[in-house]
Amino acid sequence: MKEKVKLLIVDDSAIIRQAIHKHLKDFDIEVVGTADDGKVALEVFKSSHPDVVTLDITMPEIDGLTVLEEMLKIDSSVKVMVVTALSDKSTGLKAIKLGAKSFLPKPFTPEKLRSSFERLLD
Amino acid sequence: MNETDLHFFIDSTVNYFEEVTSEKASAGIPYMKDEEPVVLEYTGIIGISGKRKGSIYVTTSEKMLSSIAKLILGIEEIGKEDIKDLVGEIANTISGNVRQAYGSDFMISVPVVVEGKAKDIKLPDNIQSFVIPITWKEHKSFLVVCLE
Repeated sequence: MKEKVKLLIVDDSAIIRQAIHKHLKDFDIEVVGTADDGKVALEVFKSSHPDVVTLDITMPEIDGLTVLEEMLKIDSSVKVMVVTALSDKSTGLKAIKLGAKSFLPKPFTPEKLRSSFERLLD
Repeated sequence: MNETDLHFFIDSTVNYFEEVTSEKASAGIPYMKDEEPVVLEYTGIIGISGKRKGSIYVTTSEKMLSSIAKLILGIEEIGKEDIKDLVGEIANTISGNVRQAYGSDFMISVPVVVEGKAKDIKLPDNIQSFVIPITWKEHKSFLVVCLE
């Protein structure tokens, strides 16, 4: 039997974490953890070994781009989708250059989230 | 700040409501903030640093936040914590999106949320603040922009 995709959701907004979980529930995923700041994100990442991460940038403790670099040092195979209000091109390019597989600007519709996630899993 | 700056914030705000709720918000005519307090039940404040310095805040009613949260989450019961969280997220998204105009050295802080009708929100004294009235459905809210 095919294993579920293990997902970690990182965002300092509880509403966004819930929305991502709700809109992705039709995919074959298991949410293995959530985190509301960068420091907790790295702790949960180390203990839960996700396949995929949705990652905010503007967060307390450690910003998302630093978290992205750290996650990839720990596990270079993890697929990270950056989901951020910092929607300027240079932030998007920086995230991709650092190793993110996808960049989704906020605000997002459920459709945009699902299609970005689908492409991420391909 | 000039008219172009105000347009960036208006566009960012209108886009937020359209994307998240599928219903357009309308912006009223911006005006210079005087000593009259502009504060409703919940306020999300973002500090700005880097190329521009100052603060931005969104202040709104519980009813409006509750309506938006219901649309986002698809549930009827919305808790106080989610309402507080949402006003911070709205302020964060509107502020983050204007980086499309200002570039990546327009740095935004994480949001600070004030609950309850404060006397007013403290802004830098030496910078003129502008108030942009926002109407979404029957709800009124305000975006206050104070930028060098």
